[in-house]
This record gives sequence, structure tokens and C-alpha cells, in this order.
Amino acid sequence: MFRSPRPVSMLGRAPRPLLLGALAVAGLAVLPLAYLVIRALEADPGSLDLVLRPRTAVVAASTVGLALLVGAGTIALGVPLAWLTTRSDLPGRRAWAVLTVVPLAIPSYVTGFAFLATFGPRGALQGLLAPLGVERIPSFGGLFGATLVLVLVSYPDVVLATRAALARTDPAVEDAARLLGDRRSVVFRRITLPILAPAIAAGALLAVLYALSDFGAVSLLQFDSFSRAIYVQYRASFDRSLAAILSLMLVGMTFAVAWGESRVRSRASAFAGTARTSRRPPSTVPLGRWTWPAFAFCVAVVGLALVVPAGTIGWWLIRGIGQGEPVRVVVDAALNSFLAGGGAALTAVMLALPVALLVARYPSPVASFLETAAFTGYALPGIVIALAVVFLSTSAVPVLYQTLVLLVFAYAVRFMPQAIGTVRAAAVSVGPRVEEAGRTLGDGPVRAFVRLTLPLLRPALVAGGALVFLTTVKELPMALLLGPIGFDTLATEIWDAAAEGFYARAAGPAALLLVLSAATVAVLLRNEETTR
Amino acid sequence: MTIRQPPDYDRAVVPKQSRFPLRPAARATAVLLIALLAVACGSSPGTASQQPASEAPASASGSLTVYSGRSESLVGPLLERFETETGIDVEVNYAGTSELAATILEEGDASPADVFFGQDAGALGALAAEGRLAALPQATLDKVDERFRADDGSWVGISGRARVVAFDDRIHDAADMPDSIAAYTDPQWKGKIGWAPTNASFQSFVTAFRLLEGDDAAKAWLEGVQANEPKVYEGNDAVLNAIAAGEVEVGFINHYYLMVALAEQGDTFPVRNHFIGGEDPGALVNVASAGILSTAKNPAAAQAFVDYLLTQESQEYFANETHEYPLIEGVPANPELPALDEVSSPDIDLSDLSDLEGTLRLIQDAGVL
Repeated sequence: MFRSPRPVSMLGRAPRPLLLGALAVAGLAVLPLAYLVIRALEADPGSLDLVLRPRTAVVAASTVGLALLVGAGTIALGVPLAWLTTRSDLPGRRAWAVLTVVPLAIPSYVTGFAFLATFGPRGALQGLLAPLGVERIPSFGGLFGATLVLVLVSYPDVVLATRAALARTDPAVEDAARLLGDRRSVVFRRITLPILAPAIAAGALLAVLYALSDFGAVSLLQFDSFSRAIYVQYRASFDRSLAAILSLMLVGMTFAVAWGESRVRSRASAFAGTARTSRRPPSTVPLGRWTWPAFAFCVAVVGLALVVPAGTIGWWLIRGIGQGEPVRVVVDAALNSFLAGGGAALTAVMLALPVALLVARYPSPVASFLETAAFTGYALPGIVIALAVVFLSTSAVPVLYQTLVLLVFAYAVRFMPQAIGTVRAAAVSVGPRVEEAGRTLGDGPVRAFVRLTLPLLRPALVAGGALVFLTTVKELPMALLLGPIGFDTLATEIWDAAAEGFYARAAGPAALLLVLSAATVAVLLRNEETTR
Repeated sequence: MTIRQPPDYDRAVVPKQSRFPLRPAARATAVLLIALLAVACGSSPGTASQQPASEAPASASGSLTVYSGRSESLVGPLLERFETETGIDVEVNYAGTSELAATILEEGDASPADVFFGQDAGALGALAAEGRLAALPQATLDKVDERFRADDGSWVGISGRARVVAFDDRIHDAADMPDSIAAYTDPQWKGKIGWAPTNASFQSFVTAFRLLEGDDAAKAWLEGVQANEPKVYEGNDAVLNAIAAGEVEVGFINHYYLMVALAEQGDTFPVRNHFIGGEDPGALVNVASAGILSTAKNPAAAQAFVDYLLTQESQEYFANETHEYPLIEGVPANPELPALDEVSSPDIDLSDLSDLEGTLRLIQDAGVL
């Protein structure tokens, strides 16, 4: 009953500034591709067999397997958590809303390390079980370990995207279905879930692509993924050409995944225009006898995703103090992280807006193509992007090389898909009708958009910015290679100490990173609630 | 119909963005952007203020840019001391050794770096092969033994890092550890070995193996160990922690990781080092090394810095703080370590360790990666 006539191509109706804006953004995003092609063409044909071998196909297959499992896992955790923290009477709902998102800011290598230290054959868990006669517990690693850790660091992608969608969905649609006699569970399955589907898919896409790009967790947990193969090429032979060929294959996988997601999503366009335009808050669903199982679910997820790594950091601190290490409070690095993350978040949201609006309002193959192009850098390992930017900026804009402006801009371009997904999903559900009404009442196109649509998009803009911020503050290779010389962030401080085994020295910056992220998430969620 | 008039873009898009509307957020945006610009302007690299490179190296001054593949935790205090003693303004870019080497290659002639200080000789060799390093003066090279510097004078070793077999001392006794790395192909070690085949130090060791005993022997050794189903880790430190955690019993790593762990976690840390000795490939001593870029903007200060790393004071710093081997005459190693002579590293030229691509191919052929 919602189905509208299928748009053949809306591209012709797109305002030219919007189209050109999206085109410019996509152009920026594919710049690393140009670098990779240049390097790949330099490859020595004699050494091509190092990358074009059956082993590469095996690694590619296992990488795809990992990515799919991570996608499924993040949906299984993220959707219930988003619903519980927005719509239910879960005890401590607002605290859970913050705690379930903070793990996004924990670098995957910290979580990976914490899991090995806790659940390794002779880790902390075995220590607790030792009095029961448990000598060692099964090894933790490989596909299972890598999947678990990657799900735990990236499920907040799904939570944030889904929360934003729930926040803007008009409860009147659900209420109408209930009035028509559907039970709550039926309403959720037939109405709420389909409305949420684009947001869920957008969040899961980010998690899947993150899994493709991740190096920290897969290397610690000894899982042979594609990004690890790329790192091996760089580290072992300094052969940038072979690494570029592998990177191009990874970009191919990225495009395939992004295209697949857009297929899933195209079915959901039927739900355009279900955004909340009234000021009425959605009704809170009493959990009843499900209260404590739901509570236990939150405890379990936050326990694994947040308490295990935070506890490990605390243990480093305590053990270091015991051995006489001073506690390091790196305020400068925290400020730098905040500056880089904040700048990247704002810039990314601005870059994402034209692409997201074009795809949502004027769907066409060209719009989808531009959106997919914007994902180019997202699944590439940080080292690849960093070297691409080194090459491009020293060749084209040497003035900007190793400045904060360049770093922030590079972050924004790389991480903007996080903002595109959430903003696009919001723009679809807001629909053009409110704005059209504004136009008929005499507003110009810009004014109507700013006054009517933008406020409705605001939760999504904030959520998208938050995702970019949290991802940026934990990012390492780009901060190391592209930042101004001497520009330390919390992530570089953690790396600097932990890489040499000085865990006590890594604990201070790691704890600060958690505090900074938790505070940011709390402020953002407060902001989200006051705009209701 | 779509992209015919590019000038439209400037006129139409810019005003739209500049009126970004979120009221409280707008103010925060403006503040943050201004702060960003301020910081960016204040901290852009100090290349503009530098003097032309042609100045005579009589007195080093001005500013110096160091790319350090050795972390700030390890060498930061030393670099600060250099800055205080010479008055030279030192800017340091800390990152991984191979990442920085790749960065210098990408930067090409535009590299802001004057000096590259890397964790192993292989990375310096790769830069020298691409013509990115200038020759060091003989006086600087002569401070260290011939074994620990480049034949063409493009880099010089600063501190020594010995390969060891780290073992779980709850299970093994130092006296019973094998005297050759070749022994670890024996099935008695099945499931008990940890290694880090992606690690640069490990790959340097395999390269040394190839030089000493030939490619076939090196490949046979890799396959032999692989048949013992070793656990793969990301780096030396991960191997060390895996031994402590009881995942494996022995691991092939560099000697100083244990010293850090003992200092941080106390003597109860259940791992010890076994130095193989006997000019075995497993006794390789690799060197953290430094080189001056051929594009250095301040070669005089760069020279002063490399020489400073080879003073008695700095070498004592490496002996005592990073637990590495000092390389100049007259500075003893950390008393907890066997002397460098006793380690009896195999007699190979570290410059020859730069054939990393061949080593990677061999490791891949052996099915290890």
C-alpha cells in the first residue's frame, strides 16, 4: 500500500549544485584509487606471482567469510540494543545508551589484546578457574576470535544508525497499525523493522567494511585476512606496487559489498515519508517479564565490549604502579585527538550531505555510482590511504603536507561513508513532502531545506558525526604518517608504548581515550534527547 | 545537461554551505574550525624556516627533522638531550620503521626528513637502493665494527639487537635448550613454537639463514618448523606474551623484549632468553641504524645527530635504557646480558640483508605466509 511508482531516473531533476557537490565529493574519494593504479602499473611482471597466486584467493575467501559473520553479528547485537535503549523501559536506559556505543572508540588492537590476556589458554579466566583444576582453556583466536572482537568493536555502528532511525520514525505509523489490531510483535516485524531496514543495512555495511580494513585485531588474533596480506607486502619488501595490486582487489570487494547493500536498500524506498514531524514522543514499551533477560543481554554485551578492555587497561595501570611506573596523563594528546576527531566529524558531515541527499531524493544509477565511489577508501587499510595521501599531497599541494588541515581532510574523506549512511537513511524517511509544502508557502529552495528538512535530519547528522569522531580518535596509521611532525594523539601514544611492550605507559592514554569517547557520546545523546 | 557549466558550481554551492544552520552547533563549528586553522598554521612543518643545504657543516644549528622508526618511549629522552646540548631544534616523526621507509619513498625529493633512524638495517638498505641516502663520512662509519655498517657508507649501526630463543622457564631449563636454531624442526617441538613471520626482525634472520646456508637449507628449515605447527603472532612482543600466557613454550624473538617485561612485571615473569651463539643463523645480531637523506635540508645538523648517537653517553643510554648492545668500543653491555663477543653472531654483511623480497618469496613458498 506504500508502494509508489518506481522512479526511472530522477537524476535529471536534481538541482545542479547538489549534483556537482556530490560529484566533487566522489572525485575526492576516488583519488587514492588513482594512486593505486599508478603504483600497480609500475609492478615488475617477474614478481606478480607473489600476489597472483592461489593463496590470494584463499585469503580473499576467508576475508569475505569474516566480513559476512561480522555483518550478521553486529545486526544481532546492534538492533536489539538500539531498540532497548530508545523505546523500552529498560532499567538504566540512558546509561546503557552511552555504554553500548563507547566500544566504538576502543582500538581493535586494544580489545584484541584484552581478549587474549583474558581468555587466552593461561589468561585471567584460566587463573580464576585454576582452583577448579583447569590447567588451560582452549586457544582463542582465528576466525572465531577475530569475528568476536570485530563484532564487539563495530556493533555500535548499527546501534547508532538504528537509534537515529528510531528517533525520527513517526510513532503514529506504528500506533495506527496497533489501532488496526496488530499485536506489538507483529507491528515490529511488519512496520518498524522495514522502516528501520535501510538504517540497519547502512550500519552493518560500515561494520563489514571496517572488518575488511582492520589490521589490529586480525593480526593479534592470527587471522589471515586481506589487509594483513597488504601489510605484509609493505613491511616485508617495501614493494608498494604489489601492495597496490592487493589494495585494488580490496577496493573491488568494497564496491561489491556496497553495491549489494544498495540492492537490499532499494526495496525499502516504499517507506519514504514516515519521519516524525509531530512533537509527540514515541510511547515507551514496558518490557514486563523480559526486563531482566534484556538487562542481562546489555550486561553481557557491555561486559565483553567495554569492561574486558577497560579492565585490562586498569590492570596495566595497577601493575605499572606496583612496579613504580609513573601514571601518564597526556592532556596534549587528548586535545589533539579531540581536535582531529571533531574537525573530521564536522567536515565529513558536510561532505556527506550532498551525496546522501542526491541518493535519497534523486535515485538513479549515477547517484548510486557516486555513493559507491565515496566508499573507496573506507575498507582500505590505513597505511594504504596514508601513503596515497603522502604521494598525492607532496606532488600536488606540498604546502598542506603534514599539516592538521590535511590530516582532518583525509580523515573526513576516508570516514565520510559513516555519515553518508546515516544521513541518507534519514533523508529517505524524511521525504521531500515537508520541504515541498514549505516551497508552496513561499520559501526558496535553500531556505525550505534549511528550515524544514535539516532539523529533521539533525539526529542523523549528529549520529553520523559521532561515528566519524569515534572512529577518528582511535585511528593510528594516518595520525602517525600524515599529522604534523610531533602531533601526538591518544592512539599514537598508546601505540608508542604498547608496541615496545610498555603496557603500563600505554594505560594512561588508553584510559583517557575511553573517558573522552564516553563523554562525547554522553553529550551527543543528551543533545539528541533535548531536540525531541 | 548535467556538467556543462562548471562555473555554476562555485556560485551555487558555496553560499549554501556557508549558511549551515544548526544554531548552537554552528557556533561550536566556527570555534573548532578557527582552532583547527590556528593549530595547523602554528604547527606546519618547519621546512620553510630552514637554511639552504649548501651551508658548510662547520657548526650545526637550525632545525632538524628526524623520521624515527624507533618509538618515542625508547629514544625520546635521548633526542631531547641532543636538542638541549646542541641547541638544534629537533622535530621527530615517530612511526613504524617500514611505514616510514615507504613514506620517504613516496615523498621522493619533497621529503622533509633529514635523518632516518630505523629499527633494522633492511629498511635503510631499501632506502639506499632507491638512492635516497647520502654517504656518511668515514670518521662516522669507523666508530662501529665493519659488520655493523653499510659497505657503501649509506647507513651506520647504532645499537645491536640479538636474536634469541625465548622459553617458558616453568617448563624448560636454560641448560637443556638446543644450541642451534636448526633443532626446532624436530617433532618434539610440535605445537610448542611461537613465531612472527611477518616481522621484519624475523625476516632479517631468514635472510641471514639464506646467506649462510643457502636458499634450499633456509626453505627446508622453514618447512620443518612449519610442520611443527607453530603459532603465528604479529610481533616479538606478542610471542613473548604468548609464552608467558602458556600458549607456546618457545619463541624466536629479539633479546630486549624480555628485559622490558621483567622491568615492568618483575622477576616472576615466567620467560627467559636463550642466546644460541656459535655463529648459528639463530644468533644473528641485527642493528638499529641511521642514515642521512640525500635530500636533507640541514645535512650539518643531521651529521651532528648521527655522531651524537655514537657518543659514549648515547651508547650507554642504549645499554642501560633500551637493553640493546652498544656498538662503539669501550661501552660495556648491560651486565644482565652476555657480552656481544660471546653472542658470536654469524659473520655476514648486514648490507646483504636487504634482499627482503627474495626472503618473502621463500617464506611464502614454504607455505608459512
